[in-house]
Amino acid sequence: MTLKSFLQRLWPIMPTIASLAFIAALLLAFGADPRTALEAVWQGAFGSQDRILSTVAFWVPLTFCAIGLMLTFTAGLWNIGIEGQMILGALGASWAALTFKDQPAWVLIPLEILAAMMAGALWAAISAILKTHGKVHEIFSGLALTNLAIILTNYLISGPWQPPEGGSFRGTAPFATAALLPRYAESRFSPLSLVLLTLAFIAAAILLGNTTWGLKLKALGRNPRSAFLLGVSSNRETLTAMLLCGAMAGLGGAVRVLSWFDSLRQSISGGIGFLALLVVMLAAYRILWVPFVAFFFSAVLQGSITLQLRTQLHSSLGGILTGVLVLFTLLFGDLNNLKRLRKSARNE
Amino acid sequence: MHVELQNIRKHFGSVKANDGISLTFEPGRIYGLLGENGAGKSTLMKILAGFQPADSGHILLDGQPAHFANPAAALRAGIGMVYQDPLDFPPFTVLENFLLGKDRRLALDFRAASAELKHLMGRYGFEIDPQANIQSLSLGERQQLELVRLLAGGGRLLILDEPTTGISAEQKDALFASMRHMARQEDRTLILVSHKLDEVQELCDHAYVLRAGGFAGEHPLPCDNNLLVEKMFGQVPRRSPRPALPLETNLLELQQVTVRTPRLTLQNINLTIRAGEVFGLAGLEGNGQELLMQAIAGLAPIASGRLLLAGRDITRHAYHQTLADGVAYIAAGRLEEGLVAGLSLTEHIILSAPRVKQTFFIRWEGARRVTAERIQAYEVVGTPQSNADQLSGGNQQRLLFAMLNPDLKLALLNQPTRGLDVRSADYIWETLYRRRAEGAAILFISPDLDEVIERSDRIAVFSGGQMSRIVKASQTSAEELGHLIGGRQ
Repeated sequence: MTLKSFLQRLWPIMPTIASLAFIAALLLAFGADPRTALEAVWQGAFGSQDRILSTVAFWVPLTFCAIGLMLTFTAGLWNIGIEGQMILGALGASWAALTFKDQPAWVLIPLEILAAMMAGALWAAISAILKTHGKVHEIFSGLALTNLAIILTNYLISGPWQPPEGGSFRGTAPFATAALLPRYAESRFSPLSLVLLTLAFIAAAILLGNTTWGLKLKALGRNPRSAFLLGVSSNRETLTAMLLCGAMAGLGGAVRVLSWFDSLRQSISGGIGFLALLVVMLAAYRILWVPFVAFFFSAVLQGSITLQLRTQLHSSLGGILTGVLVLFTLLFGDLNNLKRLRKSARNE
Repeated sequence: MHVELQNIRKHFGSVKANDGISLTFEPGRIYGLLGENGAGKSTLMKILAGFQPADSGHILLDGQPAHFANPAAALRAGIGMVYQDPLDFPPFTVLENFLLGKDRRLALDFRAASAELKHLMGRYGFEIDPQANIQSLSLGERQQLELVRLLAGGGRLLILDEPTTGISAEQKDALFASMRHMARQEDRTLILVSHKLDEVQELCDHAYVLRAGGFAGEHPLPCDNNLLVEKMFGQVPRRSPRPALPLETNLLELQQVTVRTPRLTLQNINLTIRAGEVFGLAGLEGNGQELLMQAIAGLAPIASGRLLLAGRDITRHAYHQTLADGVAYIAAGRLEEGLVAGLSLTEHIILSAPRVKQTFFIRWEGARRVTAERIQAYEVVGTPQSNADQLSGGNQQRLLFAMLNPDLKLALLNQPTRGLDVRSADYIWETLYRRRAEGAAILFISPDLDEVIERSDRIAVFSGGQMSRIVKASQTSAEELGHLIGGRQ
């Protein structure tokens, strides 16, 4: 392996270094010490068992969404609506938790998960059908449906699902203990969610790498015209990819209500759906990288929450870092693409 | 300008595209660069035009070594190239495209550019409206624009890569006349990259021949075609004999088929094609032959009439249904319509298998074995793991044919040998003849009348959506077809 190809394999390292340097320069410009800030972030993410568990608990739904997005990105779909699909998943899980609240955990939890997956899939199906039958681009329908999902959440919280003591617009009353995913050591992390995530990851990796369906998605994403002429039904593959992605996002939403929180809250998603888009881009659409990139994001974002306490820096620094990172990645990615395009054009 | 290429080498992976080629080009002369597909012609010319760097070797301009970082640098040094697919910007007008390459200032001087464009057009006998959109131009006109743009940029040596593919006879004559003018009157150097011997003989003063990445010989022109053919192929290639077949059973029947699009209408087409038959469709592009093919394939809706395949009514079948019926459609573009860049040959073979044979889980080992067999049978230069976009044009074409399923009833082929040299084209036809012997019918479109006559049993010509009377290939001539193309019955 030459140095060049080695660097190409490691190319996400380059934008990471570039964005860290950028952030460091930004901190210096404001008279802050980058090392202190970095230490504070590290402490915030991994400083104690509690912090580590928090980071992991944030990572689980993010990875669910990112895995789902791998399917739609492979098919060439810009499923921006994943945010709304995740919110719908949270609503689905909440509905099951409130409706079947007297059931034991072993009945209730599967019901909640099923409801969450179906609700997420439903929201994705609307986008998919609008695309295949109405020629509405999934970006537009996705954004609209995300807004609708937020409005729906607010309506439910302040209306039908408001706590008995009166609505505060902030959330429902906490669900019954049986409704929540069993958590580890008083933290927000549930080992069960990790088991589900592992299963979802393996299933998605196999679907993408070893099934005819996955191959069809790949063909569709790379050249819809050729894929069609090869006999790939774009409508069916679009619909199935979106349904599965919606179900994954729904699972992520369920984890948010049933393990991160204990009730349905106003901003239940925490922007994780949009964040997952960035994760997949940074992972260069390679599923094996997705969990790692998602973990990095979780650590940075969780770590910067404590930043303000320690360094007087605002906690949005984590958001800035991830944003800058993605911008640099896209920049480097496009440079790489450009080089590859030129190279392949020359090879003709 | 005296241009010399010294010992140019260029490797793509293990493929030696150029393996130490040295050529000299003198001003005022027209050179033909000959060679079969993959001989290294385009690679060498792209190096000369600054499109790609050589691995080693030198370019000397009037004895001075030159290095071109990009095509713009080459043009500043006086070397320009017209590519097979013009590098213009379709949404813009002719004038805007002309300006794009030359004016770097903020304020564009449209008036001066327009005057210069008209002047240059006039000098070479081209007629293009400067205000026309690129989309409304024919390929030939776009080439003319490219050529004029290069001339305005100071091109002293101009390379034309297969310029006569896809342009009309009048445009070809105009192009050749202008090339002669540039060489004789203006002392420029012209290089015609081609595998069409007759054109090279007609236009060029001197031929350089490349074979398998190396220099294979040169000859002053005109000369005996066979001398050049021998240099190109190492031997005179044989033409595969066309076995006679009894044509008895009707396979495809069109009864009063009408197809309407906003641009073109096919009215009441009646046509019967028999099993084992090769049926050729001729005509200028956009006169209805593609539309008919698409209607049969289920890609264009049939407004009225009936379409029968082996007695079954498939009039309303959409494309994916006709695929399942045993019809295959190969479009004219390879990487745009048919192959997927970034997917391996194995993945292509898996996707092209009939739906009933596709399994949920991919059996990679079996698929790779099938792919290896097909690669061998169709002599594709590549491995099951290669990506389709890594193949050369000719091999991409072979891959398309390797993807045709065994139980094929009808093959619809739009320009099956587009851009292929004699030997590759002959090879494609050999595989098609095998299909034909197995009972498949072949319906094909070709702009090359000689090919249509040589390969078909029967021929129909399209002109403005009208189908001509059907002629027997053995009893017609290019002249008769030419009349039919012109709309005369």
